[in-house]
Amino acid sequence: MSSVQFILGLESTAHTFGCGIASSDGRILSNVKSEYVPASGGIHPREASQHHSSRAAWTIAAALNEAGLRLADISAIAFSAGPGLGPCLRTGATVARALSLMRGCPLVPVNHCIAHIEVGRLATREEDPLVVYVSGGNTIISAYAGGRYRIFGETLDIALGNCLDAFARELGLPHPGVPKLESLADEGSRFIPLPYVVKGQDVSYSGLLTMATRMIRECDTRDLCLSLLEVAYGMVAEVAERAIAHTEKPSLLLTGGVARSKRLQRALMSVCNEHSARFHVVPPDLAGDNGGMIAWTGYLALREGITVPVEESYINPNWRLDEVEVPWRG
Amino acid sequence: MAGMTLLKKGAEAELYVLHWMGRPSVLKRRVRKAYRNPDLDAYVRSARTSNEAKLLSEARRLGVPTPLVYLVDKRNCEITMSYIASPPLKRLIPEMREEAIVETFKRVGEMVALLHKGGIVHGDLTTSNIISYGGLLYFIDFGLGERTSDLEPRGVDLHLMRRALESSHHEVSGIAYASFLKGYSHSMGSTSKDVVARAESIRRRGRYVEVGQRRDA
Repeated sequence: MSSVQFILGLESTAHTFGCGIASSDGRILSNVKSEYVPASGGIHPREASQHHSSRAAWTIAAALNEAGLRLADISAIAFSAGPGLGPCLRTGATVARALSLMRGCPLVPVNHCIAHIEVGRLATREEDPLVVYVSGGNTIISAYAGGRYRIFGETLDIALGNCLDAFARELGLPHPGVPKLESLADEGSRFIPLPYVVKGQDVSYSGLLTMATRMIRECDTRDLCLSLLEVAYGMVAEVAERAIAHTEKPSLLLTGGVARSKRLQRALMSVCNEHSARFHVVPPDLAGDNGGMIAWTGYLALREGITVPVEESYINPNWRLDEVEVPWRG
Repeated sequence: MAGMTLLKKGAEAELYVLHWMGRPSVLKRRVRKAYRNPDLDAYVRSARTSNEAKLLSEARRLGVPTPLVYLVDKRNCEITMSYIASPPLKRLIPEMREEAIVETFKRVGEMVALLHKGGIVHGDLTTSNIISYGGLLYFIDFGLGERTSDLEPRGVDLHLMRRALESSHHEVSGIAYASFLKGYSHSMGSTSKDVVARAESIRRRGRYVEVGQRRDA
């Protein structure tokens, strides 16, 4: 066999249990997901972790099968060690430890946020972009400087995806809510003023959600969706613009689950045009949480010798993006 | 206006240097943003323009150096103000020695305390928005500021300063922020404790921050 290595990555920070396999020459060979969908309301951490443990074996077998590999072909096991929901992270970590012991191969802890950035860089071949990472749990504007991804802006309360998901539930829209909000917004025509909250480089969405929810009864739903999305995306676009003007990065990379939004893509593309920056968005199948991004980032870390003994393989639900050294960017 | 030269094209506004009544001046124009809904865009730009003009003057009355406002054009979202011919603090930091950083950020902290005690929060505290000139620290860009004495926006001011230091000046951020807090606390008095604690909690709130050395098996 050639010297190509295969890394298996497990993702389990929130609603998705994912298993992906990446090769050391930069391909994602398989990327299988099983998503926990709550019967009503938002994500329940214990139920989500039960879903993950019941679907883990199937997901891993499917990922190996799709890649045409056996466990014996795998050189390392990477797992999401945080940030995320404790019970969900613990399930993924337990499975990863078991696989690592079974196979007798290294275990690599991966920061979930960094994985979203690295898979975006891999897919778009963009070396040093300003990153706009938007999902159900995170809203972060970040760029690389001096050995780490630095945070230039973030949410001061809830994440963009959380705001939109919660509003969709208030409207009674079934999961996933954001695409439905977008099509309703496309039919809207009148702009309704809603709280537009930019604080320095940061944004805040909790007031916007409260206000929009309060107005559901008195306003046309389509106009309200239009206004909510315009305000929510306008805020991200503004802080992204501030960051790109400040950092003078040559390009912008949009990543995370909300990256699939066409309306948000248009707004950020317009920002890029004004600042002569290239605009890239992560491919839809790599936008949401997935194991492939963990596998690929695990490979980058493994190459730098970053592994952890099983007995010290802690998870960290509060693991901040800018705490992590990224020597592979050096 | 005739004789305008572009000084800087920022994210939010364009700055031009010109002469107004014989004085070297800066015209700040908040430009239209194609990515924003037109109604929202018009509201944001005009509200920030009048807010900024008002707070620039009020801050100076509190003893915080700011440019003098000569003219406000709400319709075109323009402010004409005095020109402070010096680079922002951001450009000076890489050349500064440690003692200078300690001294400067202590004074930045004292100035921010003056604003807070006078009922103003800046709303966009970064090293790009402070200009050192003639031995004084001038504060600019009050567009996101507020007239308030609430704990939360004061805490956000501290949080923004810390993050600006961490993202743009990571080599000196620890010492710069510590000096900033020292100056702030000294000048602010006993309420500073609450503000510093609130800034800490904002940093942790709903986001992912190491709290102590928390570890889960």
